[in-house]
Amino acid sequence: MPKSQKSASDSLHLQADVLVLGGGPSAAWAAVAAAESGAKVVLADKGYLGTSGATAPSNTGTWCVPPGDNRHAVVERRWQRTGELADPRWMLRCVDTAYRNLLRLSEWGYPFPSEDDGRLYIANLRGPDYMRFMRRRVLLAGVTVLDHHPALELLSDDDAIVGAAGVARQVGQDWRVDANAVVLATGGCAFRERILGATGLTGDGYLMAAEAGASLSGMEFTGKYTLAPYGSSLNKGLPFRWASFHREDGSPILGPTGEPLRNGIGDREEEVARALIDGPVYARLDQAEPALQGWLRQGQPNCFVPYDRAGIDPFSELFRITLRAEGTVRGTGGIEIVSDDCATGVPGLYVAGDAASREIMTGAVSGGGAVNSSWALASGWWAGKGASTHAKRRNGKAFRSAAQSLGQAGLRPAATPRADISAGEIIEAVRSEVTPLDKNFFRSGESLEKSSERLESVWRDVRDHLQGEGVERVRTREAASIAAAGRWSVAAALHRTESRGMHRRTDLPGRSPVFAHRLVITGVDAFRIAGAPERLAELAS
Amino acid sequence: MIEIVSATRCVQCDICVKVCPANVFDATDNGVPVIARQEDCQTCFLCEIYCPTDALYVAEFAEGPTGITEAEADARQLFGSYARALGWKRGKAGGSEFDPTHRIRVAQ
Repeated sequence: MPKSQKSASDSLHLQADVLVLGGGPSAAWAAVAAAESGAKVVLADKGYLGTSGATAPSNTGTWCVPPGDNRHAVVERRWQRTGELADPRWMLRCVDTAYRNLLRLSEWGYPFPSEDDGRLYIANLRGPDYMRFMRRRVLLAGVTVLDHHPALELLSDDDAIVGAAGVARQVGQDWRVDANAVVLATGGCAFRERILGATGLTGDGYLMAAEAGASLSGMEFTGKYTLAPYGSSLNKGLPFRWASFHREDGSPILGPTGEPLRNGIGDREEEVARALIDGPVYARLDQAEPALQGWLRQGQPNCFVPYDRAGIDPFSELFRITLRAEGTVRGTGGIEIVSDDCATGVPGLYVAGDAASREIMTGAVSGGGAVNSSWALASGWWAGKGASTHAKRRNGKAFRSAAQSLGQAGLRPAATPRADISAGEIIEAVRSEVTPLDKNFFRSGESLEKSSERLESVWRDVRDHLQGEGVERVRTREAASIAAAGRWSVAAALHRTESRGMHRRTDLPGRSPVFAHRLVITGVDAFRIAGAPERLAELAS
Repeated sequence: MIEIVSATRCVQCDICVKVCPANVFDATDNGVPVIARQEDCQTCFLCEIYCPTDALYVAEFAEGPTGITEAEADARQLFGSYARALGWKRGKAGGSEFDPTHRIRVAQ
């Protein structure tokens, strides 16, 4: 157990080799990997390890590619779909490590289902069961778990990241963990959309990392939306694979060939999005045959909770639908990784899961579901090992009590705090620029310019005046993180003067070969955008 | 979002206070937990399945309360319905070994 001491202000103060921030799958895998390497590990999460994050309430496939000659071909096929931005080397090492960890889950006794021939089917993970299982593995590994301990900021000794500080929100007490390395596994940013698992996904890690000097990439790829019953949190597209779609007057929504749409997922979300901008849209899961209906009900029970509770039979009745914004969660942006151990370029700071940019894995298209899930299995593992190795190298260096607190926006405003600037209003102002379909699913230079101006004004309020006290700091910090993420996303979208994957510019349709590279953002208040030096398309050829 | 903590079913174990990722509930000194921050609920339904006595009800609408009563949720047998669909019982995990999702992936 880490050494615990009460400081003068009665706050919790721990020391560890590795501190993991987050409570989803990548945090759990990072904690297990670091602990298995012999590190003393503390995991601090905003919510509860087991229910936090986008995986826990879901049922997710994995990108499960068994070893063999076929692997290269599978990776190559998938790469073709990534808008030339992914990196086949990362994709290959990800499927390899993810596969090993799926086998590890099986060896540990995770209750996978069996196929007809009796073999375990390891390519799917049921969220509530998986994350509850992972919590037990984390505790068995000897990790100290701090639930409901949101981090507010990173600590630096000028040379490296040496811990983090936050508030234990259920007791109102500050906490601080001195650590030789920190893993950010805080998830993506869903801009407070009311979707499964998104409450905690406010991009906190992006802001903390950027304040420490790390870069971000892929922030323009926030144009992924998923279908859901209207007003519900169920952003799960799978059942809509077997649906028909209708306007208010009953007329069917047509696909690109002029036939009525019978599959609303993947690229076909575009037709539904267009119709939703015009008016209400209704769907019916009438393309699912009886056997499939049974499997859908049994295999995706969360998807049927909204229908059952509203008293609707979705296979025979029309019901109203919506497209839910998913920010970088099913988008691909996040903190840029600079080496194989998931380092960020800031000494002592590592990143895993959706907190990291998944552009190297999935480029300009969504990694939602399978790819992101395997990425969490793999990147968590690498980041945990990387952090633990870094901690060992630093071992012996005494913690300096004069560690610098890096948190700024939402914690330490640049000018006089103003009580009339609230976290809630900031979040709503950002949402109105980055979630509407006609601004963010379909983008244009003109509209992005307007959004950019508004977000700059919101950001100035955040930077100069937003401040909270006590537990309220969690909310002001979330608002600052959402504002920063929205600002980066719109700026990158303006910079990318072409269309690629989920970045759809109506004024600039089609790809431009000069943009076949990633965009890297560095800085918080004054930031710069640069093309990644390597041309991945060329590397891949 | 979360709408009902059934005082007749609740055994005051406060597991929901602990497991809610959005910190929606507050424990009370001498009674059942209260829904203290309903607005923060992300409608993930996980509190329901962790509850050992099926005492919680999360309505399907995520944007605001529907006003459903305990009597209605009870009459429609909605308490514990998601846990039953998953195969979880009395707050314990179960049923993932019977998940037929691989058949859906084949059909897809």
